[in-house]
Amino acid sequence: MISRQSPLWKTLLLSASVTLLAAGGCHKKTNALPPPASLPPESTVAPTASITADPMAIDQGQSVVLNWRSSGATSVSIDGIGNVAVSGTQTVSPASSTNFHLVAKGDGGTTEANVRVTVRVPTVPSTGTSGTADDEMGSDAAFHAAVKDVFFGYDSYDISPEAETAVTAASKYLAAHPAVKLLIAGYCDDRGSAEYNITLGENRANAAKQALVAAGVQPARLRVVSYGKERQFCSEENESCWQQNRRAQFNLDR
Amino acid sequence: MPIPPRRSRLAAALLLAASALSCSSSLHAQDWFHLETSTGAGKLRLAVANFKPGSPDPATNPQKAVFDTTLAADLANAGIFDLVSKNMAPQATPGTQAEIQLAQWAAAPSSAAMVAFGNLSVANGRLTVNGFLDDAKNTQFPQIFARQYADTASENSARQIAHKFADEIIARLDGGITGIAETKIFYVKLAGSSANGSKEIWQMDYDGANQHQVTHAGYAISPRVSPDNSRVAYSSLDRNGFQIRMYSMLLNRTVNFADAGGTNVSPAWSPNGQQLAFSSSRSGDPEIWVSDAGGTSARRITEFKGPDVSPTWNPKTGAQIAWISGRTGLPQLYIMDADGSGVQRLTDGGYATSPSWSPNGQFLAFAWDRKYGPGAPGGQDIYVMEIATKRWIQLTHDTGRCDFPAWSPDGRHLVYANSPDGRAEHTRIMTMLADGTGKHTLTSSGGDMPNWSWR
Repeated sequence: MISRQSPLWKTLLLSASVTLLAAGGCHKKTNALPPPASLPPESTVAPTASITADPMAIDQGQSVVLNWRSSGATSVSIDGIGNVAVSGTQTVSPASSTNFHLVAKGDGGTTEANVRVTVRVPTVPSTGTSGTADDEMGSDAAFHAAVKDVFFGYDSYDISPEAETAVTAASKYLAAHPAVKLLIAGYCDDRGSAEYNITLGENRANAAKQALVAAGVQPARLRVVSYGKERQFCSEENESCWQQNRRAQFNLDR
Repeated sequence: MPIPPRRSRLAAALLLAASALSCSSSLHAQDWFHLETSTGAGKLRLAVANFKPGSPDPATNPQKAVFDTTLAADLANAGIFDLVSKNMAPQATPGTQAEIQLAQWAAAPSSAAMVAFGNLSVANGRLTVNGFLDDAKNTQFPQIFARQYADTASENSARQIAHKFADEIIARLDGGITGIAETKIFYVKLAGSSANGSKEIWQMDYDGANQHQVTHAGYAISPRVSPDNSRVAYSSLDRNGFQIRMYSMLLNRTVNFADAGGTNVSPAWSPNGQQLAFSSSRSGDPEIWVSDAGGTSARRITEFKGPDVSPTWNPKTGAQIAWISGRTGLPQLYIMDADGSGVQRLTDGGYATSPSWSPNGQFLAFAWDRKYGPGAPGGQDIYVMEIATKRWIQLTHDTGRCDFPAWSPDGRHLVYANSPDGRAEHTRIMTMLADGTGKHTLTSSGGDMPNWSWR
């Protein structure tokens, strides 16, 4: 649209698209496994150590399995857990996002390893829902067990095939529970500008609403609110977290 | 009269710099730009004497200190003076026209063309300031003006009187353009963490002094003050999402603004104060609507699938609106006539947000991430585009994430939000001259979405 494009412009645009192409497959770094054979204990080579968590991101109240291995170490400790076996597993339930910091000490020195477990704290208010008391709508637990939120692509409010599945589940639940009214809340990741994101979140929540209406749900049972990026499910700066925030959330509209 | 027409010169310099930069194919043009406006060449050399204390009251000196500091800062911030450093100026504190020896000020090293001076006294709870402005080179009739100011004695009064005197000096030396020292900035202040904190509308003086809370809405964003300073439109979160609300600065409470369903955000005043443009999804898709100042007689002026948000009126004509639309994907900057016709796209890529239209109608300031995309090293910076040519200059570089630029009423300054590390809770409010120089911070972390009063 710009009529007087300078070469500078074109260079910038070109480099932007190259960056886009090159950016695929950027994922979380995982710690390397230690070498298969243990070194002799009298070695003065520094110990090796690794620690992993599965899964690396949980909702508050869920647990993760920590798995660590070391070699050439005489003592191993993990911050917050204390001294542990040189290799082992343990199940933990951190209340908030935690760095599990492992220190392996041996004759050859000290080696450290880290894994970060992201805990998604449900800070998002369910506007209009007061408490979790059961009423004619049924319990929140039963609702959330049957109906999952809809997630969106970057800067998108298109309903993906996976999102279609969630919409179908929600429409079936609504058909089976005629008293239920739904609050659909739209959210965005924290990149970009606040005002634009409120309208993008509105488009997301509306897209979920339209899909439900297309599946036969009466519009009067559906209420839409956009929080944009003003409320966040997850505050890490990485794609898995951004994905958590790009959603249309279903709640009982009490 | 030895007073040059400075307004047109500054505007011309900005325009020249803008065209020089975006026409050039070389990045070195950035150096040109700074040379063009930052040498101080052609700026009027002005000295400000510390004022003479004129009373024995113990409140005199503290209030004089506030006055002297504020006056010097206002004249330095104005961006049109080559201000004589107080280290180079004569140590004299002439209190009256009879006491000043102009030859002393006109001589090197101060070499002042103009001198501001005067006296300040506190008596019986009253603060009285006599300010003078002299032409140091005119030995026969040096006085340009003399003015007396009086108010209840307080440090805040001393600050406000300094602002008034500064604006008077600027008006006299700058061809009648009113200074901005008495203007206000409205902004959003975050309390608590960004994940579940509250946001309220706050107000401060243009220099960051006198910060205080305006609304008690729970979660309020996007303040826009009316052209007559009587009302602040904003958007706050309630059971049905974000809604436009109106706060009366005269009544100190919210006043009615008609609700019509959907999400309603980003209000913008027409320059006559009679209309508001805003984004509303009352008909389904978020579109730009225009209503009267009470929210009634609303009519839709855009109709295209995708987000439409953040309108800003051309304050010069009131006949055009710039806004942000996601109709083709990532948000881009557009302008249209106020009836929705004549839509023109101004940016050709990246991620553009938060436009603000310059008071002279020629420029749009906005935030732009030209390389935005998944995995791209996003740098969101402040840009100014000359609307007639679509040429632009970049005003911030590598200082973190910038957003929400807003023009000062004299068109010489911009206020904006900046987060050094990109995190929302570290955002603070900064200001700069419209050529990108003179950047300084106005608030601590937690300040966001600034909006400059119209006068």
